[in-house]
Amino acid sequence: MLYDTLVAPFVEFEFMRRALVGVWGLALGAGPIGVFLMLRRMSLVGDAMAHAILPGAAIGFLVSGLSLLAMSTGGMIAGFLIALLAGLVARTTELKEDASLAVFFLISLAIGVTIVSLKGTNIDLLHFLFGSVLALDDHTLMLMAGSATVTLAVLALIYRPLVIECVDPGYLRSVSWAGTPVHLLFLALVVINLVSGFQALGTLLAVGIMMVPAAIGRFWARDITTMIAVAVASGMISGYAGLILSYQSGIPSGPAVILVAGILYALSLAFGSVGGLVRQLFPGRHLEA
Amino acid sequence: MNAQLRFNNVTLGYDRHPAVHHLDGDVKTGALVAVVGPNGAGKSTLFKGVVGVLKPLAGSIGLNGLDPREIAYLPQAAEIDRSFPINVYDMVSMGLWRKTGLFGGIGKKEQHTVERALETVGLTGFEQRSIGTLSGGQLQRMLFARLLLQDARLIVLDEPFNAIDTKTCSDLLELVRRWHGEKRTVLAALHDYEVVKSHFPETLLLAREKVAWGETPSVLTAENLNKARRMCEAFDEEAHACVA
Repeated sequence: MLYDTLVAPFVEFEFMRRALVGVWGLALGAGPIGVFLMLRRMSLVGDAMAHAILPGAAIGFLVSGLSLLAMSTGGMIAGFLIALLAGLVARTTELKEDASLAVFFLISLAIGVTIVSLKGTNIDLLHFLFGSVLALDDHTLMLMAGSATVTLAVLALIYRPLVIECVDPGYLRSVSWAGTPVHLLFLALVVINLVSGFQALGTLLAVGIMMVPAAIGRFWARDITTMIAVAVASGMISGYAGLILSYQSGIPSGPAVILVAGILYALSLAFGSVGGLVRQLFPGRHLEA
Repeated sequence: MNAQLRFNNVTLGYDRHPAVHHLDGDVKTGALVAVVGPNGAGKSTLFKGVVGVLKPLAGSIGLNGLDPREIAYLPQAAEIDRSFPINVYDMVSMGLWRKTGLFGGIGKKEQHTVERALETVGLTGFEQRSIGTLSGGQLQRMLFARLLLQDARLIVLDEPFNAIDTKTCSDLLELVRRWHGEKRTVLAALHDYEVVKSHFPETLLLAREKVAWGETPSVLTAENLNKARRMCEAFDEEAHACVA
């Protein structure tokens, strides 16, 4: 019985196995990215960036139909461009990053919608919004695995300056010029992960698997390494449990994954060891020193 | 002795409005200089110019071949995110940046220097504490430990003893004295004239322009201090372009 529910779907169906590998790849890359976004108070940047990517993907679709390569390339170009422009404006003018990002993603969205309407094609943007995790072909899986690999490798390279830039940007500026390039590289990683995520989960939910596990991590860890580990683990658990839920109940797979993550978040909010509600309500007697 | 720092008719400011106006002078290698002056006198602006955060509007600042990134700089309002999950040990280790760079490992020897720095500032036992739990004085001690590890020839401290209790202040002054003994050049912006008189042989009194610069007792006269106060007039929106 338990086997039938929890394991059999993956043994029986190849598309379920592919979906699982895909979602785990996503969780592996998006988890740490989400943690850094959260710690830099950029939690909504992923959302804005997803909107910036959408028109690029739509243009890719218009140019060469439902082609993974064209849509991903379009999305990446749009995302990189917006990230670069927003990052540079934020660092060279008085405008803060969130404000400049808001401006650029809105412009990008407007341009995207304009192009689509001029072309006169009524393409189904909902396809991008919700993705199709149960129909991952080889190319898509390669893209997702590749982006997770690139993400982890680049993060390992820029980890030290990235952490310093988060906690004490003034210090990093005073000892190194690495701040700006590191920040732009990080934004590029955000884009790569969103593009790889929108194939499977759609743009909106790709942000979900980035940010919800990160928020979960915050409730269980006081140091950033553990936080990333918790985020990745809860992303993977959500992916697995979401697929089972979707398989058994017929809920679309993308939302199912994020719903499970949402449940984990609610549990962490209540019982988390760092600042969870139960801990706050029943802190125990104060200590002697 | 040659100059570690040379101000060549330097003007620093924001939006073309000068905050430090036509400053000339040398800071000798190994000097221990207090920079004093009323609020708005341009002390922080001057320091930002020295460490290269702010480009001069005119004139130049010579560093005698020193890369601006080799200056240890403690800003007045450090932009530290105290809610960030990082502990004291890791925060202090950042001071090793010049040795480790992006990837260099922190080996036994470096670990030992970090521990010694923590001991010097009296934070032994705080290694694993997250920075959010530190008091203001402890945070300042931690930042001084990081400065120690930076092992810099030029150290620039912008009001390092504000809102710090006497004990912490005198502990940290001891470090400043040690740096002076090691022939490092130290510049510190200060408000407490007693501290300046007892610890800093040389003083620059600034009020947007140089009021006086020299041996501390000859600079901190009532006459000079009054002059400085008067000279700190307001930022003038309608100011004309300076032709000097």
